[in-house]
Amino acid sequence: MEKFEKLSGVAAPMPMINIDTDMIIPKQFLKTIKRSGLGVNLFDEMRYDDDGQEIPDFVLNQPAYREAQILVAGDNFGCGSSREHAPWAIKDFGIRCVIAPSFADIFHNNCFKNGILPIALPQEQVDILMAEAQKGANARIEIDLETQTVTTSDGEVISFDVDPFKKHCLLEGLDDIGLTFEKGAVIDSFEARAGAERPWV
Amino acid sequence: MSPKTLYDKIWDAHLVHEAEDGTCLLYIDRHLVHEVTSPQAFEGLRMAGRTVRAPDKTIGVPDHNVPTTLDRANAATMTEDSRIQVEALNKNAKDFGIHYYPVSDVRQGIVHIVGPEQGWTLPGMTVVCGDSHTATHGAFGSLAHGIGTSEVEHVLATQTLIQQKSKNMKVEITGTLAPGVTAKDITLSVIGETGTAGGTGYVIEYCGEAIRALSMEGRMTVCNMAIEGGARAGLIAPDEKTFEYCKGRPHAPKGAAWEAALAWWKTLSSDDDAHWDKVVTLRAEDIAPVVTWGTSPEDVLPITASVPAPSDFTGGKVGAAQRSLDYMGLTPGTPLRDVEINTVFIGSCTNGRIEDLRAAAAILKGKKVKEGLRAMIVPGSGLVRAQAEEEGLADIFIEAGFEWRLAGCSMCLAMNPDQLSPGERCAATSNRNFEGRQGRGGRTHLMSPAMAAAAAITGKLTDVRELM
Ligand code: SF4
Repeated sequence: MEKFEKLSGVAAPMPMINIDTDMIIPKQFLKTIKRSGLGVNLFDEMRYDDDGQEIPDFVLNQPAYREAQILVAGDNFGCGSSREHAPWAIKDFGIRCVIAPSFADIFHNNCFKNGILPIALPQEQVDILMAEAQKGANARIEIDLETQTVTTSDGEVISFDVDPFKKHCLLEGLDDIGLTFEKGAVIDSFEARAGAERPWV
Repeated sequence: MSPKTLYDKIWDAHLVHEAEDGTCLLYIDRHLVHEVTSPQAFEGLRMAGRTVRAPDKTIGVPDHNVPTTLDRANAATMTEDSRIQVEALNKNAKDFGIHYYPVSDVRQGIVHIVGPEQGWTLPGMTVVCGDSHTATHGAFGSLAHGIGTSEVEHVLATQTLIQQKSKNMKVEITGTLAPGVTAKDITLSVIGETGTAGGTGYVIEYCGEAIRALSMEGRMTVCNMAIEGGARAGLIAPDEKTFEYCKGRPHAPKGAAWEAALAWWKTLSSDDDAHWDKVVTLRAEDIAPVVTWGTSPEDVLPITASVPAPSDFTGGKVGAAQRSLDYMGLTPGTPLRDVEINTVFIGSCTNGRIEDLRAAAAILKGKKVKEGLRAMIVPGSGLVRAQAEEEGLADIFIEAGFEWRLAGCSMCLAMNPDQLSPGERCAATSNRNFEGRQGRGGRTHLMSPAMAAAAAITGKLTDVRELM
């Protein structure tokens, strides 16, 4: 997995609540058997019209945000299906961090598995960053995972919480499966014990 | 010992390891796999030279993009990319030696319907699937939730999942449902009450007299939509109905093993003095047949209400409601019963079981679908379809003018050719009314099978109680 340490980039504002995974990557793009190449279809139905032409008003089509690396959004981001295609598309587009007041559970988990940092902050602080994002390409936001801080272009510093294990994996770019394999003996003994207690499983 | 909730008990029974920071490794009893969220996971195993640790506990079935038309044996009915996904699952199932129900098998169907039907899902188990509606299996008193593809790969390789424990929420439905009010109305009403993010960070246990009174099918409908309320999982303590449902299923234990299982299952309920982080109580008497008007499952109203105005809301919901109304093509103040529809879809893992089809048939018997309306019924599995034919339900549907399809997800997410066209309005028994969910520009109103059947007859959103 790609490491996440520090990031300095333009943030795209999407002040909508309940941005669901069907919006992030509509189902017609789930028919792939690969993880890559989904970035062009990120937010497809909001981003392109029926003829496949870009809709100029949509934030990621605006010149200031075409290279955005951060997304600032409303409450309950990533709700809906478990499709990991959503973080794959976000990552493939080039976005490495999403900031919102809250995230849906599965999406939140999926981000960490793909080197994306989801940051949940109180609404007032998201409002500050939303205003910052709306300034366009001149306002670069800095994110430092080690110190757990977001710094605005005016130098305002906002701290965020992150699960220590997930932080560790993201900083080091660790692969979960490899880590779990190290506990192979514990799994073996659990399996033996549970198999004796609940043989019908 | 301190008192525990049902969730606590299942959790403790499956805890393999807990790190100092609270990160836990949980053992997984059943892993269900479908064609859309698994190819990259199997590919990951191949690339790393890994195997499936417990193929005996891993069950695959293609459902999301299989055609549901009667001619589906003909491969040409599938688009190229769908066919590749299904073939990839066929191959992965064979290469890695997991249990498998191919499209040609009568037991094939929606993964969340096949699991319980075949007795794979049993009380007290941990069940995962790369699909958010895995919550369905919680109806058996098992801890069941959706996972992403990286986690699918993790479970395939290690039979465990890295987890943090969730908080406990109790949702109690007291009293008795009125006639015409169903499990779907309960689950939608709960989401209307708590919001789509109300359950985030929680595992919900549904309890109370109205939940106890539900059949296993109804309980699955309730748990199915726990995810729509943001919860990781929803569960219901097992009881005699649960045991009765499981008994004799192909993969349920038999003989002495059954007795041993039963003894443990009977201990699976929350202790009286267990701690709840949040409690929500609804009176069954206050629940009416409901429909959704917007593009979030929390946009729920009784069928007797009118389309709301954005000014009825506060905060971020004002803009969201405006966007929903524009998308749905609805004017505030319009009685919901005046909203005309073009399509009816009865099916999905929420409402594609035999009881759902019986409820629809009870309304449709001797009636006709409104002229010009497209109406389809997609049973949740080949076995549900067979049973409905045996009970004569299929004849009722066909005579009424419904298409009688083969099993699959179908128009629930429109990955196969069953789709709405832009502006088309659908009465659906599925679980998501998101923008474009049933086809780009399509407009979805969620409701119970009985309500959808009523809408098929009148061509409008309809209060089923008027047709009973
Ligand atoms: S029926 Fe719908 S919600 Fe259920 S598994 Fe299929 S696509 Fe998902």
